[in-house]
Amino acid sequence: MYNLLIGGAAGQGVETTVSILQKLLKKSGYYVFTVRDFMSRVRGGHNFTLVRFGIEPILSHSEKLDGIIAMNEETVDYHIDQLKESGFILCDAKYSTQDTRAIKVDLSTVGKELGNPRVLGSITVGAILKLFGENLNYVDEVLKEFIKDKFYEVNKEAVHKGYQLVESRFSHLQGEARDYMLLSGNEALALGAIASGIRFYCAYPMSPSTSILEYLAFKGTETGIVVEQAEDEIAAINMAIGASFAGAPAMTGTSGGGFSLMVEALGLSGMAEIPLVAVDVMRPGPATGLPTRTEQSDLKFVISASQGEFPRMVIALRNHEDAFYQTTRAVYLADKYQIPVIILSDQYLGDASSTVKPYNLDYMQKLELLKEPEQKDGNYLRYRLTEDGISPRYIPGKSQNIVTADSDEHDEYGHITESGEMRTLMMDKRMKKLDQLKLELQEPDYLGPDDFDTLIIGWGSTYGPIAEAIMLLNDSEDSKYAALIFGDIYPLPDQQLKEKAAKAKRIINVEQNATGQLAALIREYTGITCTKSILKYNGRQISGEEIVHRIRKEGSYEQ
Amino acid sequence: MSNNPKSFCTFETAWCPGCGNFNILDSVKTALEDLGKKPHEVIMVAGIGQAAKLPQYIGANAFCGLHGRALPVAVAAKIANDKLTVIVDTGDGDSYGEGGNHFLHNIRRNVNITHFVHDNQIYGLTKGQASPTSLKGMVTGVQVGGNFTEPLNPVLLAIAAGAGFVARAFSGRKEHLVSIMKQAIEYDGYALVDILQPCVSFNKLNTFAYYNQRVYELDETYNRNDKSAALLKAMEVDDKIPIGVLYQEEKETFHQKNPLLQSGEPLLDRTCDIDTINKIMKEFV
Ligand SMILES: Cc1ncc(C[n+]2csc(CCOP(=O)(O)OP(=O)(O)O)c2C)c(N)n1
Ligand code: SF4
Ligand SMILES: [Mg+2]
Repeated sequence: MYNLLIGGAAGQGVETTVSILQKLLKKSGYYVFTVRDFMSRVRGGHNFTLVRFGIEPILSHSEKLDGIIAMNEETVDYHIDQLKESGFILCDAKYSTQDTRAIKVDLSTVGKELGNPRVLGSITVGAILKLFGENLNYVDEVLKEFIKDKFYEVNKEAVHKGYQLVESRFSHLQGEARDYMLLSGNEALALGAIASGIRFYCAYPMSPSTSILEYLAFKGTETGIVVEQAEDEIAAINMAIGASFAGAPAMTGTSGGGFSLMVEALGLSGMAEIPLVAVDVMRPGPATGLPTRTEQSDLKFVISASQGEFPRMVIALRNHEDAFYQTTRAVYLADKYQIPVIILSDQYLGDASSTVKPYNLDYMQKLELLKEPEQKDGNYLRYRLTEDGISPRYIPGKSQNIVTADSDEHDEYGHITESGEMRTLMMDKRMKKLDQLKLELQEPDYLGPDDFDTLIIGWGSTYGPIAEAIMLLNDSEDSKYAALIFGDIYPLPDQQLKEKAAKAKRIINVEQNATGQLAALIREYTGITCTKSILKYNGRQISGEEIVHRIRKEGSYEQ
Repeated sequence: MSNNPKSFCTFETAWCPGCGNFNILDSVKTALEDLGKKPHEVIMVAGIGQAAKLPQYIGANAFCGLHGRALPVAVAAKIANDKLTVIVDTGDGDSYGEGGNHFLHNIRRNVNITHFVHDNQIYGLTKGQASPTSLKGMVTGVQVGGNFTEPLNPVLLAIAAGAGFVARAFSGRKEHLVSIMKQAIEYDGYALVDILQPCVSFNKLNTFAYYNQRVYELDETYNRNDKSAALLKAMEVDDKIPIGVLYQEEKETFHQKNPLLQSGEPLLDRTCDIDTINKIMKEFV
């Protein structure tokens, strides 16, 4: 497995270079996992991307580098400490670095020869292909995908020139990911939304969730999904609810700041029993926080957001498979139970690209809308008190029945009421829906051997890093490690947790926040206490190696 | 209490006797019936407030949402199903205060919905605080020294912001009100009717007598298509208050502008087939 870092200033085309390179590597058969680290600015600064590739599936990023591809001098200075002894630096001949691992080539001269300094990235791509013993077979089709027609020829030439600049160092390895998809977590989520059958997506731009809005808008004509940019997040969620009421399965998406504005309407979805899926692609808070970085600090917030009590579900996305399948499931469950379902993703997963097998649409839970309800002469009750708490939801205009929705406490018809008796009945009816929902919760993923002594607990996007840490730890130590990683997180599925916790000598929660929110949730609902927390909240995702390192350093305690 | 009405039956209300809301309720009912609308084809949308209870009192599909948030719900319901007649019927605080941002931006969106505002120039439900349209000098439990904030002129704002149908009416002139309501519902685009509505319990300034002395109906000599004239007319708010359609203009609606909505097919009836999904997935290979 190789790990490259490609760095430069914003506006230098690092993004496009990476898009081209990762696609070429995938076409050649490699599994690829790409993580973007960029600053919240449009020009300048220091941006870099980690491109990891190999012939085995890759679950997360790594900090140890096999190569640095420097499009500016800072990239060398900032990252040279991460470079392995055997690694290389590919940079311009003019750079001052004296490191013996540097392969200095005349990038800028070639750029000038081609009459366009902006082809630097493509020259670099050519050089990298050569270094790794790859051929140029896929260059044409990939360039066509990412480069505008009028710049195609010059970029093609640039790749070929770059190819001549260096000698091969590695030989091509044949992987099996050639027919896989390569997509970001947000794209996977958007694909899930398309496949789920939503008809309306409404949002206000906010990093790192905006690419969902953009992708769905881009695909509107093909999919028929109406996408609307709202005037603010309060409008976004209320519009999603209005569309859902009128029969269009709807979704909204934002990050924590926008979610903060949405909370009152989240309760409206719960109270009026209108299906809704709300996505929170988390970034570090509070307030504006770090707009382009990652964190898992909204868990306790979304679980309790909005006044009063109502049933809701929270699903955390762990990887690019979840991003698709769990999004389709969220839409299905929101409709089935007539509740808000919240999807928690984060910047790391949202922006990271990964190779995944094309999704199998047969694995999806399919939404079935009650399109043509029977005519209930004089007795259709929108909020009928039923055994399981789920009342038949008709769509206004689809029959002659009158359909109501009320944010006030209401009676079975949907009329405002202040009756204490009715209040209790309606609260019970709504909360009862959770009993059935709990039966279809998915237990966390269990990783590691049956026989273990340390149990690591995590949720969401730390799945990859924790999985990698488990492999590293179990490869190199006598002690045995296992992990439970939660996807469904609220209501908390606790069967596996109780079983495994009972056997564990110590339990370590690994979370991307400062207060150990999952550990607190587990304590609240099960009484199980984690022995140790490994927490990170500097906006950068923890890696498998870092987890291993911190367990060895901080985790050397016995109960 | 029937929930499957053949006509727009009304229900017992919780309004104060003598309140200007009753005439508005009657007028909405008459307007819908006159236009031959069927209860199941109409959605009445409101936020929260005294006025916002109206959808509870009329036999049609009803959405009583959050304070200030009627417009986003209504607009999206219309986007979801163009076949529905969508009417927002709610208060001045709801529309211009808490929901001010939605008011401004939905004028720009121009979705084909109707917006009736019960403008009692006060917050009725919360027992009498200044609303965005309260007159200067009004003393309330909060504005203890008299309101010193400039009142908003909603019709002037709406015309300036580009609304294609802007009217003012008075709940004390029922026939006129019904006629304006019908025109607003029939107008193709966002239509605002600001309805002067006395709140007999809390607004001691803007009473029935106050309005009766001041309102006058715009007649045929008034050209409702002249925007400059309309802006001037809209500014008449003191001794004389014009009622009627202040401004009207044909404008492309949201549905006409959005290629995905031009067919008029309700979103519920559309599907994205498996082949399309598979094709989109291939683009990532
Ligand atoms: C978020 C929120 N803030 C405040 C309130 C309290 N509240 C309910 S109605 C209202 C004002 C109503 O005024 P208006 O819309 O003019 O309606 P009216 O009662 O005058 O008809 C207020 C402040 C609320 N329900 N929700
Ligand atoms: S408080 Fe005012 S607006 Fe509300 S019902 Fe009474 S009179 Fe009407
Ligand atoms: Mg009012």
